[in-house]
Amino acid sequence: MRVGVLFSGGKDSTYACCRAMEAEEVVCLITVTSNNPDSYMFHTPNIHLTGLQAEAIGLPLVSVASQGVKEEELADLRRAILQAVEKYGVEGIVSGAILSVYQATRIQRLCLVLGLWCFNPLWHTNQEEYLSNLLAGGFEIIITGVFAAPLDERWLGRTMDKATLVSLRSIVQSHGITLTGEGGEYETFVSDAPFFRKRIEILQAHTTYRAHHGRYLIERARLVPK
Amino acid sequence: MTLLVNLCAEEHPLSRDEFVLPIARIVERAGEVPTICQYKDMRGHGPPRGESVILCGTALQDIAYLEQLNQFSWITERDIPVLGICAGMQVIALLFGGTLGEDREIGMTGIQIVGDDPLFEGQQEFEAFELHILSIVPPPHFHVLAVSSRCSQVIRHPDRCIYGVMFHPEVRHDWVVERFLMHARIYQHGME
Repeated sequence: MRVGVLFSGGKDSTYACCRAMEAEEVVCLITVTSNNPDSYMFHTPNIHLTGLQAEAIGLPLVSVASQGVKEEELADLRRAILQAVEKYGVEGIVSGAILSVYQATRIQRLCLVLGLWCFNPLWHTNQEEYLSNLLAGGFEIIITGVFAAPLDERWLGRTMDKATLVSLRSIVQSHGITLTGEGGEYETFVSDAPFFRKRIEILQAHTTYRAHHGRYLIERARLVPK
Repeated sequence: MTLLVNLCAEEHPLSRDEFVLPIARIVERAGEVPTICQYKDMRGHGPPRGESVILCGTALQDIAYLEQLNQFSWITERDIPVLGICAGMQVIALLFGGTLGEDREIGMTGIQIVGDDPLFEGQQEFEAFELHILSIVPPPHFHVLAVSSRCSQVIRHPDRCIYGVMFHPEVRHDWVVERFLMHARIYQHGME
């Protein structure tokens, strides 16, 4: 089946893409670029780099801009999916939703209305096992946003490794965040993965941070051979 | 041992990740060993004696299992504890003389307990995740244990340990699967 992957460039949608490529014919990535940094539906930091990531993977990207107004975002997502249907003959949509009933409900409803299949291969996955597998599997994941205490600016720009996982686990225990950041506690950017044809090198970035609310914003990046 | 029957079309393995593996994780956490089998691979036979069975759900677009009801005849022929989730509930209803209706529920939905049963003891109302476009009209002799504003949400066979639930317990209601496993064990022990 020809599927399009809802793609934010973070670890979950990148892994969903990887898994979908094993099982179906992935024909494009789909991104909604939200102008609202606190979008309910769409991951935002560095969303402008999904084009570079799509190039690294070797897939075309369908990208649609959104004002990021709650519920109106859905009309933007619908527009993006319809473009993927028209341009690439997409018959199914893949998302990286893990626990978010809010996201899953809206994506499922939209797919049903458009007569498309909907796949959520990470739905209620074992978060511990999933993150360990990502790191062991060669995913290079950079933390690009922190939005919950006690995560602070020291986390921004950090590449996830085993030590990061140990720290996150302890914060899960002490502060009740989700290990995968599914509640929006942190956001990520994938610069390399086993199925990337090229990897992304970050040339220039800066951080913004105030009161457990920070972003690592990539200004310049390029593709380099692996 | 608990057998998880995958009702998803075999050509779409991503649905297995979504509808079967989350149930397998609940079964594991409950201390049982889950095995997974695609419904067509069962070739009309049930599991070995002593196992209980969970029929898992499918994607909204995936209704191929409805054309293959003969693959599930072992449910009516043998006395095995079965929990059918969503698509699995539809199979149970059809096997025992119920029918399907067209009722769509997607997302969190209010559930009301309306019947007495140890599986739902202590529960009156809760919100649960729904993902269906088909509802069931229960077989005439089945008990309806729970409803939403649109359709039957939980049914039970009058004598046997066979349940159907329309909502997806893997979202916030692991206890439904855990309690089923416990009651299936008690039921099987009583049969020995």
